[in-house]
Amino acid sequence: MKKIEAIIRKSKFEDVKQALSDAGIDWFSYWDITGLGKSTEDQVVRGQIFKSGYIQRRMISIVVRDVNLEKTVNAVLNSAWTGETGDGKLFVYDIQETFRIRTKESGPDALYNK
Amino acid sequence: MKKQIISLIALFTLFSTTISAQTAAAVASPKIDTGDTAWMIVATAFVLLMSIPGLALFYGGLVRRKNVLNVFMQIFILVAVISVEWVVIGYSNAFSSNSIEVLKPFIGGFHWAFLNNININDLSPYFISHSQTAADGSTVGTIPHIVFIMFQCMFAVITPALIVGAFAERINFKGFLIFSILWTIFIYNPVAHWVWASDGWLYKLGALDFAGGTVVHINAGIAAIVTAIMLGKRRDYKDHAIPAHNITYVVIGAGLLWVGWFGFNAGSGLAADGLAGNALMVTHIAAATAAITWALLDWCLDKRPTVVGISTGAVGGLVAITPAAGFVGIPGALAIGVLVSLVCFCMVAYVKPKLGYDDSLDAFGVHGIGGILGAILTGVLASPFIQPSYSGAIYGNFHQLWIQLLAVGVTIVFSGVGTYILFKITDRFVKLRVLDKHEAIGLDETQHGETAYTNFD
Repeated sequence: MKKIEAIIRKSKFEDVKQALSDAGIDWFSYWDITGLGKSTEDQVVRGQIFKSGYIQRRMISIVVRDVNLEKTVNAVLNSAWTGETGDGKLFVYDIQETFRIRTKESGPDALYNK
Repeated sequence: MKKQIISLIALFTLFSTTISAQTAAAVASPKIDTGDTAWMIVATAFVLLMSIPGLALFYGGLVRRKNVLNVFMQIFILVAVISVEWVVIGYSNAFSSNSIEVLKPFIGGFHWAFLNNININDLSPYFISHSQTAADGSTVGTIPHIVFIMFQCMFAVITPALIVGAFAERINFKGFLIFSILWTIFIYNPVAHWVWASDGWLYKLGALDFAGGTVVHINAGIAAIVTAIMLGKRRDYKDHAIPAHNITYVVIGAGLLWVGWFGFNAGSGLAADGLAGNALMVTHIAAATAAITWALLDWCLDKRPTVVGISTGAVGGLVAITPAAGFVGIPGALAIGVLVSLVCFCMVAYVKPKLGYDDSLDAFGVHGIGGILGAILTGVLASPFIQPSYSGAIYGNFHQLWIQLLAVGVTIVFSGVGTYILFKITDRFVKLRVLDKHEAIGLDETQHGETAYTNFD
């Protein structure tokens, strides 16, 4: 079992969601994040323009069985891509164990509905 | 029998009418005008609306989320404390006549302390356009004295509240409270006396300040820049504005200020008449013009019109029209609206970063500069078509412009020096600047033990 965490552009979220859905991934979590990095945005407050220093992105978190890892990673990499600086990052982690709370099943079986 | 009773009643009525007519002829008793009074009570409520929640939301939205409650609290407690101060000594010091002859032009006495010697049916000794002769031959207004007192109370409340914008996010709450009370007693009350009391020296000189450009806005604006400099920059201020944490609050606040300002300006004629209507109209048009001008400046210079920008522009327009509301017509309102946004925009966008002081929410840049500009432009644009006895420089009366410049200059010096002294005194007893650590955590948590936005249901 693997966990995939990806930092993506907010503007690409709908595309990523669609690509994951097409790849058969029907559940994942996401949240808005703020970070620092190379691509900063100009901000205007009362006529003063300055580099905000902050970057607004969206983080998505997906846990999949090993068999689905490759197609999930490819789905995100292809759908979140624009080619400009600031497209984001993707990380893959090992998951030690998974439990389904309702049935108390464990292991990869807990990750999908049969 | 029935007929007899009716005729008896008729006779009695006739008799009593004759008696009251005779008394009326002997002493022309002045009457309360219910229309004027009703409007002034509503206007008083409108001006309260400007402080809470109007100004509180406007300022609260502009600070960071860790300091929003502190700003709300500062304004809320000022409403409560200054209202009490006002009935205890404030009104008397500002509007009564001093028993010591030499002090008369500068400060009122204690004749009306605790509103002593004032009855609920007394008529206001202050009036603008509606007046009548009282039993003792003096001229009085058409509204109850107590309504005038409460209307003025709201002005005393909002003035120190405006200064909050300068030292937001870094002042000790206890110190702030002591400083604000001292400031109201020693700066606001005397200046209100100079400009508005019947024996005030600026009033006698003929300085025009319809609704408080000098007393409220220049006074608070100068105190703002002095406190901002003396308190020092916020530790993470880097010569550009710190983005607002909740712009929706800013918009609601600016909107409520705009609404409340109708009471502030149109109530300052102390009557429900054409002059009040004119004040309402020019207030609205100046705010609208200033809002458009600021939005266009944003659009042209920074590519996009911003919401914080248009809200700031509208407030700037309201500030600048305040002293002029009873003296200019539509052309004056349009000119004031355009000019105030141009000047205030340059002030906050270019001059402030150049000089490097940290006026957190531009209390000086908008209220101080807008007030100064408005007071001077009143001397230029005052039109004899609004009030025949007043005219400005464009109608050939250059004398009025000099008086306005003098009033502005004197207020700047008095407020500046007075604020400096009061700040030093307060700082000696209570350290006004919070600890760096507390500033980083936020004043909501460290001054009040509360947080505005929690992570749980």
